Amino acid sequence: MDYEALRQLADSWGLVYLFLAFVTVVAFNFRPGSKETADELSKIPFREDEPHGN
Amino acid sequence: MSNGTLTVFIAIGVILSAAASIFAQDDILRAHGLLMTVIMFIGMLVVIVLSDYRPAHSRPSRKDDSPYMDDVVRFGVIATVFWGVVGFLAGVAIAAQLAWPQLNIEPYFNFNRLRPLHTSAVIFAFGGNALIATSFYVVQRTCRARLFGGDLAWFVFWGYQFFILLAATGYLVGATQSKEYAEPEWYTDIWLTIVWVAYLIVFMGTVINRKEPHIYVANWFYMAFIITVAMLHIVNNLSVPVSFLGGKSYSAFSGVQDALTQWWYGHNAVGFFLTAGFLGIMYYFIPKQANRPVYSYRLSIVHFWSLIFLYIWAGPHHLHYTALPDWASSLGMVFSIMLWMPSWGGMINGLMTLSGAWDKLRTDPVLRMMVIAVAFYGMSTFEGPMMSIKSVNSLSHYTDWTIGHVHSGALGWNGMITFGAIYYMVPKLWGREQLYSLRLVDWHLWLATIGIVIYASVMWVAGITQGLMWREYDDQGFLVNSFIDTVSAVHPEYVLRAFGGLLYLSGALLMAYNVYKTVTVGARRTEPVGAAGKQLEPAE
Amino acid sequence: MSIFNHHKAFERNASLLMAVSLVVVMIGGIVEIVPLFYLKNTIEKVEGVRPYTPLELAGRNIYIREGCYVCHSQMIRPFRDEVERYGHYSLAAESMYDHPFQWGSKRTGPDLARVGGRYSDEWHVEHLKSPRSLVPESIMPNYSFLLKNKLNINAIDRHLSANRTVGVPYTDEMINYALADLKAQATPDSSGLQGLRKRYDKVNARDFDGNPYLISEMDALVAYLQMLGTLVDFDAYKPRENLR
Repeated sequence: MDYEALRQLADSWGLVYLFLAFVTVVAFNFRPGSKETADELSKIPFREDEPHGN
Repeated sequence: MSNGTLTVFIAIGVILSAAASIFAQDDILRAHGLLMTVIMFIGMLVVIVLSDYRPAHSRPSRKDDSPYMDDVVRFGVIATVFWGVVGFLAGVAIAAQLAWPQLNIEPYFNFNRLRPLHTSAVIFAFGGNALIATSFYVVQRTCRARLFGGDLAWFVFWGYQFFILLAATGYLVGATQSKEYAEPEWYTDIWLTIVWVAYLIVFMGTVINRKEPHIYVANWFYMAFIITVAMLHIVNNLSVPVSFLGGKSYSAFSGVQDALTQWWYGHNAVGFFLTAGFLGIMYYFIPKQANRPVYSYRLSIVHFWSLIFLYIWAGPHHLHYTALPDWASSLGMVFSIMLWMPSWGGMINGLMTLSGAWDKLRTDPVLRMMVIAVAFYGMSTFEGPMMSIKSVNSLSHYTDWTIGHVHSGALGWNGMITFGAIYYMVPKLWGREQLYSLRLVDWHLWLATIGIVIYASVMWVAGITQGLMWREYDDQGFLVNSFIDTVSAVHPEYVLRAFGGLLYLSGALLMAYNVYKTVTVGARRTEPVGAAGKQLEPAE
Repeated sequence: MSIFNHHKAFERNASLLMAVSLVVVMIGGIVEIVPLFYLKNTIEKVEGVRPYTPLELAGRNIYIREGCYVCHSQMIRPFRDEVERYGHYSLAAESMYDHPFQWGSKRTGPDLARVGGRYSDEWHVEHLKSPRSLVPESIMPNYSFLLKNKLNINAIDRHLSANRTVGVPYTDEMINYALADLKAQATPDSSGLQGLRKRYDKVNARDFDGNPYLISEMDALVAYLQMLGTLVDFDAYKPRENLR
């Protein structure tokens, strides 16, 4: 395989791909309406004494 | 697990290692097999002597009707404290050997055989037991499910202790692959792989059995740590043994490929063993100790994905300016610098969990310990990316600066967050209202903090000294210093470093005493720390 | 908004979460490590690098066993001071038969990549026996036991075949003559010397530890140290053709 070809791929599509992946993850996490679920989830550690199997 | 089963397991081990020693093809396995036979035989006698031989109905009832399987966590906590003290002691010993070389006892206790023993004892024995114990504690409580697999969790615990013993004794007799943090030879590696798969099954089985619809983020970090370490361990330890009755193997890779595979492994032993796993500890124990949910759950999700994606690329920064091709080294540098962002995102998330409750720091030394841990995490994850910049690295590489950096992470972040988690869990696990003494926790905190600060700063000075002296020219264009000049120049720093380590070790001994007293007698009657703090209700 | 409904699958399905995490952590390693095996310019073209002789290999294993790599690097970086102190900067080709590599990560002691031929055998033996007798400020441990330990040569041919399995070009002849070659290299004026020199270029053959009655671990280790960095002919090496 050739170094130049790989390097070009990395500098163009590779870069675009990683950037889009990052934006998607962030946008998805901070999408409108996710805050309520997230706040609910952050309380999971405080439910340890609730009965099993609800 | 019953003592009978354990005895049978150890007896099989005794027979196998005796056989390995007798039929060994080389001196390493012969010595290692003999050493293990003796150790396991003594262990077997201890188990037999300590066993309860009364008929089942007249033994005190040990029926475990609690919703969670906590006996294995209790053992894990004790093992963590024990191995912590052992690992720190080994560290102080080898620090002293560097300051006073007469302390080397050839061949078994030379610095170069003890050094992997120290690193493995701290990373894998202390850190590994902390991770296994806390992950078992956390996964049960955040999933509201008992550990999956019944006695399999006990196999993970004892199997892991056996791995530690195999690795540590191996170093003393010279069984090493020479890959840093992956030194154990092929047979020890295979054993760890078996134990690790069992660990994955127990952990994931518990997550799958959960009563809670969602998987809490701490478990994400624990899970990423377990599977990534499995991947790293298997690939980096691929090798061909000379004989199945020998303690020597040859790595599947050579030269430049072997070097990058090793540091891909080595840096992610930091990234996943010492970071992802310990972030699992942070995301559970800081909210619990502060009694408020994590600052931003959504940030923790971004933290998770970006951290696990970026960390794996950072390995090549250990090989700047070596015979590694430049493109690989540059990639490693760029990703290491980017890694600063998720690291600090995580740090901010941990610290801001206390927002609105900062006053708790005044009265709660355990929380203080956790916060200092996160602060050290922030410091070393700033220093790390900086040292990965090629021009900085050209000075810092091969010097004691690296050693100082590693210790501010390991002692400051991993050590302190583990101590915090232990202080949180011990009263709960043994049904005590609180710790034996919070004052001792405070003493531990200060001894450890001062120890780390001394350690990290003198190693930084030593490292800069070495880096500058190696490249110092006089006005005629000749090198000024011979190598040995740069060794004697850092002698005072080496002495101070051993002193810093000694302070850290004494803090850990206080913890061991405190844990022992909490387990055996419970809380000590004293005035609360922070004088009248307890009576005053803090303003919100 | 169908994509948003999938987040539940993510947060609720443990196996899916594990699988996706595994894929995410594999990417970096694949992109960085795999090309090193395929890109032709990873390892420079040089003359002279050969597999280790049986005695050197045994010495190298002692170097590894004693953890010398903990304090000594074998990787000279391309800086003026390092090149002046230690010699030509290290090439990837020089460690292409090293399973495992010994580049090291810390210089508590000096770099050893080109230590071969710099000091006499007697110096090495005395220095390993008692470093402070020659360098008073040294903090290196003593290795006097190497002089007394008989070198384990039982299965030296198997060590060569294991290396061949992982890619070192040992020939059948080299493997068959492994034991003879090992003894010939540690014994002055041995009859096996001719065969040894035929199979391996640039071999130092002599009694390295000064004790003709025993092939000791010291013999092997000094033989290894004395060949470090001596194989490549740098007069014939053209850096410009190996720009990476």
